[in-house]
Amino acid sequence: MGTTNPLASLLGRSPFKPMQEHMRKVVLCAQLVPALFDALEQDDRETLNQVKASIFELEHQADALKNDLRAHLPNSLFMPVARRDLLELLEVQDAIADSAQEIAGMLTLRVDLVPPAGMCGAFKALAQHCVRTCEKAGEAIEQLDELLETGFGGRESERVQRLLGEVGTLESETDKLGIALCQSLFEREKDLNPVITIMLYQMIREIGELADNAEKVGDRLRLLIAR
Amino acid sequence: MEIIQEHGTIFMFLAIIFGLYMCWGIGANDVANAMGTSVGSGAITVKQAILIAAVFEFAGAFIAGGQVTKTIRKGIIDPAPIANNPELLVYGMLAALLAAAIWLMIASSKGWPVSTTHTIVGAIVGFAVVGIGPDAVKWQKISTVAASWIVSPIVGGGIAYMLMISIRKLILNTDNPFQSARKWGPLYVFMVGFITALVTLWKGLKHLKLDFSMAESFFISALIGLIVAYMGKRMIDKVKLDVEADREYHFASVEKVFMPMMVFTACAMAFAHGSNDVANGIGPLAAVVSIVQSGGEVAQKASLPVWILVLGGVGIVIGLATMGHKVMQTIGTKITELTPTRGYCATLASAVTVVLASKTGMPVSTTQIAVGAVMGVGFARGIGALDMRVIGGIFLSWLVTLPAGGLLAAAIFFIIKGIFGS
Repeated sequence: MGTTNPLASLLGRSPFKPMQEHMRKVVLCAQLVPALFDALEQDDRETLNQVKASIFELEHQADALKNDLRAHLPNSLFMPVARRDLLELLEVQDAIADSAQEIAGMLTLRVDLVPPAGMCGAFKALAQHCVRTCEKAGEAIEQLDELLETGFGGRESERVQRLLGEVGTLESETDKLGIALCQSLFEREKDLNPVITIMLYQMIREIGELADNAEKVGDRLRLLIAR
Repeated sequence: MEIIQEHGTIFMFLAIIFGLYMCWGIGANDVANAMGTSVGSGAITVKQAILIAAVFEFAGAFIAGGQVTKTIRKGIIDPAPIANNPELLVYGMLAALLAAAIWLMIASSKGWPVSTTHTIVGAIVGFAVVGIGPDAVKWQKISTVAASWIVSPIVGGGIAYMLMISIRKLILNTDNPFQSARKWGPLYVFMVGFITALVTLWKGLKHLKLDFSMAESFFISALIGLIVAYMGKRMIDKVKLDVEADREYHFASVEKVFMPMMVFTACAMAFAHGSNDVANGIGPLAAVVSIVQSGGEVAQKASLPVWILVLGGVGIVIGLATMGHKVMQTIGTKITELTPTRGYCATLASAVTVVLASKTGMPVSTTQIAVGAVMGVGFARGIGALDMRVIGGIFLSWLVTLPAGGLLAAAIFFIIKGIFGS
């Protein structure tokens, strides 16, 4: 007898586990960004391209997870959170991977796009700080199943709010690092190729995007809990 | 009258065969559904589920199964118009049994989540309309049965919702959820024993010659609850805090506390199911037996022989042991969304609702109530996602079941009538 249990089919696929899986992938993707600057500093083109390839691969995997998750959220699904909020959270999670991909793509675009002598470390430090912000947001996303258990309220939601507070703090620190980096770039402008200079400013902004998107993940998560 | 006397033994024999067939079908399919939440949440293994079901289904059928059997036997149709042709009622009940059993098998093989209760009610109504006339059907009673199909899942859902909220308040949202779980766990186990016993005793166990007053019922139920709570406490005390697992998921240890508690709700569920659904198999059987044994009298006051209840219980257990384990195995791997806390709420709520309905004699659908209870947990924001499309499909399969059972029963009725004459 090929019985399908009515309960088994009633319980739709919970979106929370795949949400977490996606976020893990995205964070892995971001974590590779500092390695790009390591490779640049040592002028190791081979490693640079390898890291870039890994980032592209992870971004691709995250995309697949995203599309799969979207496909499994039909309108008929009754969830403890608003469907729209969940999809928007997914969107901003994915934007982190997109930023990482953008950085990797830019850095491998042309061989002369290299931070000026002595600045590679500062770029890497900014990237690392942004990665930490992403990791913190990832930590908050890891609490989704606990949040589900407590009905998105109570102590668990306080715990998540605290984590999100830390995400905010980290993000504003990355802003400061970014501005400092821009200033030191400004001081060296006269010795640099103008096109490269513009691209480096863009690079700083793009690295900052990692943290910005992590903060957006936090904001979306707040909305999810707020109802 | 002559037909009954002439073929009485054959009718009895057929009734027992068909009744066993039906009970086997109930055991093979329905019990597995009833136990699904417990197996799915990982609280008990398939083997344990079969053992629990065997004991408690039987107990439920034997101790509390009488009321619903009565409703199935004589609550749905009024046999007065055919008092002079009692064989028609015998044909009809035989037809209803066979039709329901066949439909149940078809539906199970197709994977439709039909209810045994809907099947048998539809079948009885079906033969009554063609065999006796639409007036013979107690439509009033049918409408209350139909109403219960809406009301009982809502009641089940409501209880599950409140249980979920209470667990959250008392356990999950505290400083130390694990300690709170250990503290309140025995109370939740007490509730399982107390409420199940209370609703069982409520109307007295007349066929067992036991009749308790309200106060006595409360006292006995509290006693049973305390015994069960003590057993639960012993089991809960063995659960150790798992720091490693808690890092991964903060409530891992709390869920472990609920694992042994699920054993009790599984017992209650099996008991509830036995008390309600066994009647679907043995109700018609009992009707045939009473007519044959009284020599053709459509007796209204026949009591239910205990051996019939036993037969029903045995049939269910055989069905469970032969087919049910397969069904449960597939379910066990599918319902991973039901953690022990959620499973506990859904199962206890279903069990209470089913016994409550059983004691009022209402033939309710166990599957339907279980679906309602799971939705209750979902509405308490306790489940990741409920697929509401499925509700439509489930509902449809239940609606189809009524006419399907009815038409099948009508056809078989005419075949039997053709064989034995009237």
